[in-house]
Amino acid sequence: MSFGQPSHLVAAPILLPLLTAALMVAIGERRWMIKAGLNVLSMLASLALAVWLLAGVHAAGQPGVFGVYLPGNWPVPYGIVLMLDRLSGLLLVLAACAGLASLLFSLARWHRAGVWFHPLLQLQLMGLNGAFLTADLFNLFVFFEVLLAASYGLLLHGGGSLRVRAGLHYIAVNLLASLLFLVGVALVYGVTGTLNMADIASRLPGVAEGDLGLLHAGAALLAVAFLAKAALWPLNFWLPPAYSAASAPAAAMFAILTKVGVYAVLRLWTLCFPDGAGASAHFGGNVLVWGGLVTIGFGAFGMLASQQLGRLAGYSIIASSGTVLAAIGFDRPALTSGALFYLASSVLAGAAMFLLAELVERAREAEVDPPRADTLVGRLPMFGAEPPQDVNLDDEQVALIGRVMPAAVAFLGLAFLLCTLALAGLPPLSGFVGKVAMLSALLEADPATGAAGAARWTLFGLLFVSGLFAAIALTRAFIGHLWAPQGRKPPSLRLAEALPVALLLGATVALVVRAEPALAYMRATADDLHAPKRYIDAVQSARPVQRGFAPALLPVDAEGRP
Amino acid sequence: MEVVVSLAIGVLVSAGVWLVLRPRTYQVLIGLSLLSYATNLFIFSVGSLSVDKEPIVQPGLPADLAHYTDPLPQSLVLTAIVIGFATTALFLVVLMALRGLTDSDHVDGQEERP
Repeated sequence: MSFGQPSHLVAAPILLPLLTAALMVAIGERRWMIKAGLNVLSMLASLALAVWLLAGVHAAGQPGVFGVYLPGNWPVPYGIVLMLDRLSGLLLVLAACAGLASLLFSLARWHRAGVWFHPLLQLQLMGLNGAFLTADLFNLFVFFEVLLAASYGLLLHGGGSLRVRAGLHYIAVNLLASLLFLVGVALVYGVTGTLNMADIASRLPGVAEGDLGLLHAGAALLAVAFLAKAALWPLNFWLPPAYSAASAPAAAMFAILTKVGVYAVLRLWTLCFPDGAGASAHFGGNVLVWGGLVTIGFGAFGMLASQQLGRLAGYSIIASSGTVLAAIGFDRPALTSGALFYLASSVLAGAAMFLLAELVERAREAEVDPPRADTLVGRLPMFGAEPPQDVNLDDEQVALIGRVMPAAVAFLGLAFLLCTLALAGLPPLSGFVGKVAMLSALLEADPATGAAGAARWTLFGLLFVSGLFAAIALTRAFIGHLWAPQGRKPPSLRLAEALPVALLLGATVALVVRAEPALAYMRATADDLHAPKRYIDAVQSARPVQRGFAPALLPVDAEGRP
Repeated sequence: MEVVVSLAIGVLVSAGVWLVLRPRTYQVLIGLSLLSYATNLFIFSVGSLSVDKEPIVQPGLPADLAHYTDPLPQSLVLTAIVIGFATTALFLVVLMALRGLTDSDHVDGQEERP
């Protein structure tokens, strides 16, 4: 079943950010307003496109709807393939949501703290979208590098020795992970002779007995690279310092970065090592489950132990990553669908938390530090002179600054509360629905997982414990930061900063209100993932567009291989 | 041939890992470079090690690895070299920035206290 022909729009989520970024580089350094406007337009278009693709892939409600696109118009095992399915559709929407929130938030102050913020944000989105869409192992590596390169720039955005130090560690860790990724790709290529993910999966059953060790070593190396990105314990010590050092908009964008690792594991593991894979069936499943469980515990204790809100949000990202990975490791559709719902919820809530962290910390500091500005700001044509920090001279961002103190405090308090509910998985917000979906899937009697009983009950318990720890940690932070003593200057809050937080939290509320269709979507996604034959068939049945002379050059045999 | 290449990869990897674990930023940079050379050699070796073989299929010869060399790993290596070079250059810039900001070439920006 394919999805509309010709499906050129499948490539659009990669091309649109790339073109926008190229255009913004050409516009030049000082035209902030033009770049900001262009970026907002492009980001909205990306979001609309992602939603449209998601709707298209889910429209008929049938299983196994895919959008396949051959960018080079080469026959399948040889050319590059872009592949849109429900999972990539979901992650495209989440990436665009995080990108939009990050961009809107940055418009208040942060986007002028460095020259290349706007192009970097678009390139980050391009790398993410490419990683979600590609059906080729080496292209996955290339898009990983694109998104990592953009994330290095975003992490350093704003400067300062803290960020540079965190950036150095982050870059070193990710370079090492990339090298392991390459070695893994080389091993898998050496064994299977192909880089197309569907082709790899279809050739795995035929791998010779003697090569299985090499194949497993390759898969394990790939997994180490992905899991380092996904922040599985013990590969996650880089995350809290890096994410808490990043500026708030960059950190909000990073909330989806760990999910790229989760996505890659979910995609390749379900594709290559399903039930019917013989000797390699569920290869490494126990590592995912137990690694995920330890990660939940690590994240939960980290949340309890952290004093800064940024680190707290970082550990909550770790805990949610661990939850999703552990649930994936059981390889059961019901559990995977709950985990996907939880993933969507945790991306939205995590991004909101990073944004809120800055607003709340700033409110407590009672003094609005200007962002580490480059000295150019004062000389911009539209500003004339540097406006004094305590007066709102900026016409675009009227409303809330300074004067409407109670509204700002009320908004911060309410938003923080909602964030706590969503991150800790308390009713009535979306984290709760995701956790309940996982818990009920765990309770279902399943004879096939008798051996994994201990892991099952551990996950069952840890879902509660991590929620409790998150609730304690976030409530304590709430009291410490928002029940402020008298005599502080009122916190200032700009509309551009409140809006993205409200949008993200609104999205988590919308997930709850529309929980039934959302869960049905996640269930269909999980069913597709656990029937890898659908994906393989969809990729292998893709045919290049024939234009006159092409058939003569490429005679095609019965199996579709030239 | 295989022995020489695998020895070379092994030496590069061990030197690279040792250097990456050192406390000075420049050592880490060189370590990462050595590791990436080792990785590139490794990818190259996946496509069968042979001397004087072309990656072009000749008429009359069967198209298997006994008669020609696999072009794909070579192109992968090329891509990996380009990406590795760019990220190493970026790392170098961050290294210089840290050096400038902290007056120290320690990876943590300050010497370890005893």
